[in-house]
Amino acid sequence: MSLLTPPRITGSSVRPGDRNFRFITTGAGITVLVVLAAIAAFLIWKSLPALQNNTGNIFTNEQWLPDADPPSWGIAVLIFGTIWTSVIAMAIAVPIGIGTALYITFYAPRRIARTLGFIVDLLAAVPSIIFGLWGLYYFMPEIVPAAQWLSTYLGWLPIFSNDLDLYTKSILIAGFVLAMMILPTVSAISREVFWQVPKGHIEASLALGATRWEMIRMAVLPFSRPGMISAAMLGLGRALGETIAVALILSAVFEINWQITEPGGNSIAANIALKWGEAAGNGRSALIATGMVLFFITLVVNMTARWVVNRRREFSGAN
Amino acid sequence: MRPRVIPQIAAPRGVVGVLAAGSLALAGCGGSNTVNPAIPAAEAAMAAGDIDCVDGKIQTAGSSAQANAITEWVNVYQTACPQSTIDYQPVGSGAGVEAFLSAQTSFGGTDKPVVDEDLAAAEERCDDNAAMNIPLVGGAIAVAYHLEGVEELTLDPQTLARIFASEITRWDDPTIVALNPAVELPDAAIAQFHRSDSSGTTANFSDYLEAIAPDAWDYDTGKEWTAPGGQGAKGSDQVIASVAQTPNSIGYVELSYILDAINAKPVAIDQGAGPVLPTAENASVTLASSPSTNDDGNIILDIDYTTQVPGAYPISIVTYEIVCSAGLDQGQNPELVSAFLSFAASDSGQALLGEIGYVPLSGDLLDGVRGSVDRVAQGAGR
Repeated sequence: MSLLTPPRITGSSVRPGDRNFRFITTGAGITVLVVLAAIAAFLIWKSLPALQNNTGNIFTNEQWLPDADPPSWGIAVLIFGTIWTSVIAMAIAVPIGIGTALYITFYAPRRIARTLGFIVDLLAAVPSIIFGLWGLYYFMPEIVPAAQWLSTYLGWLPIFSNDLDLYTKSILIAGFVLAMMILPTVSAISREVFWQVPKGHIEASLALGATRWEMIRMAVLPFSRPGMISAAMLGLGRALGETIAVALILSAVFEINWQITEPGGNSIAANIALKWGEAAGNGRSALIATGMVLFFITLVVNMTARWVVNRRREFSGAN
Repeated sequence: MRPRVIPQIAAPRGVVGVLAAGSLALAGCGGSNTVNPAIPAAEAAMAAGDIDCVDGKIQTAGSSAQANAITEWVNVYQTACPQSTIDYQPVGSGAGVEAFLSAQTSFGGTDKPVVDEDLAAAEERCDDNAAMNIPLVGGAIAVAYHLEGVEELTLDPQTLARIFASEITRWDDPTIVALNPAVELPDAAIAQFHRSDSSGTTANFSDYLEAIAPDAWDYDTGKEWTAPGGQGAKGSDQVIASVAQTPNSIGYVELSYILDAINAKPVAIDQGAGPVLPTAENASVTLASSPSTNDDGNIILDIDYTTQVPGAYPISIVTYEIVCSAGLDQGQNPELVSAFLSFAASDSGQALLGEIGYVPLSGDLLDGVRGSVDRVAQGAGR
């Protein structure tokens, strides 16, 4: 590593080009930090009024009445819905995304691999409103029989039970659509990671008589674990913040409901999208407060992802 | 306490113009020979003497509930008077009133009349002249249902409230059967849809339920839907689409959405004087028979949700313009404001409302509104 460190430029030998370029890059780096700090400051400043006059506990109150007198609102339902939809999306998208990446990297013939990789990438370019409309008008009616099947045969599991006999606009459907939206992220990053597995490891394990599955299990997956985790976390980041598709699909009620096949659910981002237009004064302030919570949740998720990746790296031999 | 005005007001100008151009292009695609669909209406209004052209430009903003009505009036007025530009930004009632109070717009549109300290602030904004709420756009909320093979469905307010409160959850509930003896109701769960976004439609609908069925409806009124159960959908367009798509469903939408809906039919409401369907005429009866106060041109209508007038559709609404009776800055073109409001309150203007799913005003109410509009004309020196 030390061989690659550029010689430190000192004293009079600094050339104007070097100096200017250094300023520009430093400036670019600082800009990112300033923008982030400005966003945080804006969120805190704008949410203070609603936080101060809220008569409910922000973390446990299940109502949303910021314009009532006295105001009473909380993020319990929103946090629950945001995390619950994202968890379902992850449960679907991570295995499929990693599976797709493994197939493309190690199983598919070269031509198919290239086309398939291209198509998966293309999925990432579909705007989320399209996913939302597709989910609402095409996917939802199609998945109702599957949801009915789940509640009929797996209804003994509380999360699949359905007391209402209604199967539309559910957390399950939102989870599926979110899964499709984060699938390309998970798959593309996993693919990049699998490509970086040293050829030597792969060939060595094959030479030792490992089957392809054994090779993947013993050489590829351990090496790629931090990368796969960061792929999943980036997907989670998108799922947490996804707005319009969720706003269209979820029933958006203020009620905590674990039953994923029943209409219901809500999320922070969707709630902001749905309420912002008609909100004024305290209502807007309360919405910004929920935005601030989402901002910090995503920050924590990303920092956790970094931490996991850095910690795992030491044991994986990836460096 | 008053929050700063939202910078959305400064959004691109000429949105209405763009919309007009868009509908123009669409009309062209339809293969019709008419280039601009507003031309016949503009010619008729000119011939009737209802349009008086004033050149210039005004900026206005407010309630999205009346946006389509204002857009229609703007299209017709601007077609008749090419030198005039009227921008209406549908930013919502709250933001619209804020923008008017801070003198960013020439008048504001609002679902609820401006009263108390806001009205005092409005008078201050009008250079200490009276500010007036003028009800100009009537509307109605239709309850849409989707039941295979059921052509007519009648509900009374109590039953309606209990359905939307999720107390009645099946279509073959004895209460619904008793109201519809001639109809074969399915043994199915009621899929109830409401608005998931904040909405004046929700506020009006829950106000209605609270006024007429207080025993069955004890939830908060306001722009948020707070009753348990049911499914939320974003906007009236999604509610009607959800109803159309989901068998055995019911939902409430603004009147215009039921007019050309497929698979969704309007519920007739029976308040004791027989079932009444949501139509512009029937809602107009309710508006005309509701009590109102007229304080020197400031008109506030108290819609009689419990009306038992034959043929009156009870779930009716009215939206207001908040205007200066005088004292509007010359830069904000009081003459054009006055000319536009006069056209809107004219027979031609009100007749346009009925064609696009709004409710024309009639009777004494309309006379009162014209009185207020005349005051604006005097204030503008026309």
